[in-house]
Amino acid sequence: MPIISRGFKGRRRDDAPRDRVPPGQYVTDDFPVLSAGPTPHTPLDQWDFTIGGEVDERHRWTWDEFRALPSETITVDISCVTKWTKLDTVWEGVPVDTLLEGIETSGEYLTAFCDGGYTTNLPLADVTGGKAWIAFAYDGEPLEPEHGGPARLLVPHLYFWKSAKWVRGLRLTETDEPGFWESNGYHIYGDPWKEQRYWGD
Amino acid sequence: MEGTAVLGRLNWHVAEVADIWPETDRVKTLALDVQDWTGHRAGQHVDVRLTADDGYQAQRSYSIASPAGGPRVELTVERIDDGEVSPYLTQDAHAGDRFELRGPVGGYFVWDPDPGGPVLLVGGGSGIVPLMAMVRQRATNHDAVPTRLLYSARSWADVIYRDELERYRKRGDGLEIVFTLTRDRPPDWTGYSRRVDRGLLSEVAPADLALTFVCGPTPFVEAVAEALVALGHEPSRIKTERFGPTGG
Repeated sequence: MPIISRGFKGRRRDDAPRDRVPPGQYVTDDFPVLSAGPTPHTPLDQWDFTIGGEVDERHRWTWDEFRALPSETITVDISCVTKWTKLDTVWEGVPVDTLLEGIETSGEYLTAFCDGGYTTNLPLADVTGGKAWIAFAYDGEPLEPEHGGPARLLVPHLYFWKSAKWVRGLRLTETDEPGFWESNGYHIYGDPWKEQRYWGD
Repeated sequence: MEGTAVLGRLNWHVAEVADIWPETDRVKTLALDVQDWTGHRAGQHVDVRLTADDGYQAQRSYSIASPAGGPRVELTVERIDDGEVSPYLTQDAHAGDRFELRGPVGGYFVWDPDPGGPVLLVGGGSGIVPLMAMVRQRATNHDAVPTRLLYSARSWADVIYRDELERYRKRGDGLEIVFTLTRDRPPDWTGYSRRVDRGLLSEVAPADLALTFVCGPTPFVEAVAEALVALGHEPSRIKTERFGPTGG
């Protein structure tokens, strides 16, 4: 039985459909920024995206090659472990499926690695089958550095720390190797609908 | 950085407000008695969950202001006018009221007593809270690490923990405190009076800085972290924590 906080009423939003707001989240119209260190600024001519690790051969795209790939516009709800949920965010990105096309791997997991040293881990199955993108635009504009530009991973069905900012590649692994926040108290998988915020949730 | 010592599930604890006092017009500290609290590290935060009598719940995260090992967990909360949880905590809650809390959370933005050189703490507004936990931890432990706190507030009246910081400033134990007031200054003000920028940081940040903690609103954190990088400080030694402007 939860403790009733005397006199607490809350400020409920009538416009927030309950089936789109995971437990413990509130809807915001802002787009808060969270990151553990300074925002990196990698010039596009020095940017590349690689897929390596447990693969038949390492694949690499320059920015121009990456941007020449077919992209999609995606409208999704996103949920941050710090409790905010933002509905109907509009992104443009390259499906991870497209990048993985034709790549042979024995890995069932991956680590997304980023400028600034950030990493996050995901099962391969969570970034394939139309579930993840490398996003380079938000709301019709190039993705701003503080939101992860030039490109970030977008995995909207998991808490947003999994959608790694400033992503530079994916390293396929045979085991699930905890990334940055996952080593610092946060859940290894991070399903917002199961409220998997922290270790043991 | 090692992970935090959270091994099992972070269970919800019952927190009872033991005491509550104003820090500024908009900010209060709540001292909580938390059942079965197993301790924390300076810089960590907790999740607070409020439940209305019809079962509706709201959760928010708040930094812990108190050092580890104290009898109570202190949260310092700034009232966000259109917020949901902070108005309750700062205006409605009284001693004896109860709510739920779980944590501590976060194994990264935590005090390191031996970072191998001087430490800089840079706080903007209520971003001082986790840094104050570090200042208090340092004093409690008698840590010798040379530490400089740069605290940016709108005015002297907006400085949280003002009297306590003044006391620390006079102790002469290797903690230096530098204020900058961005909007209003007392008539005899001799400190800085502008936003934290590269020039100000070049004067305040030690050249041999081992570790920096920056906490505040996003534009503040972005500006400080970028300026420190531009001054040649190693990005991986700059730890940031941001207080979003959303409905706290």
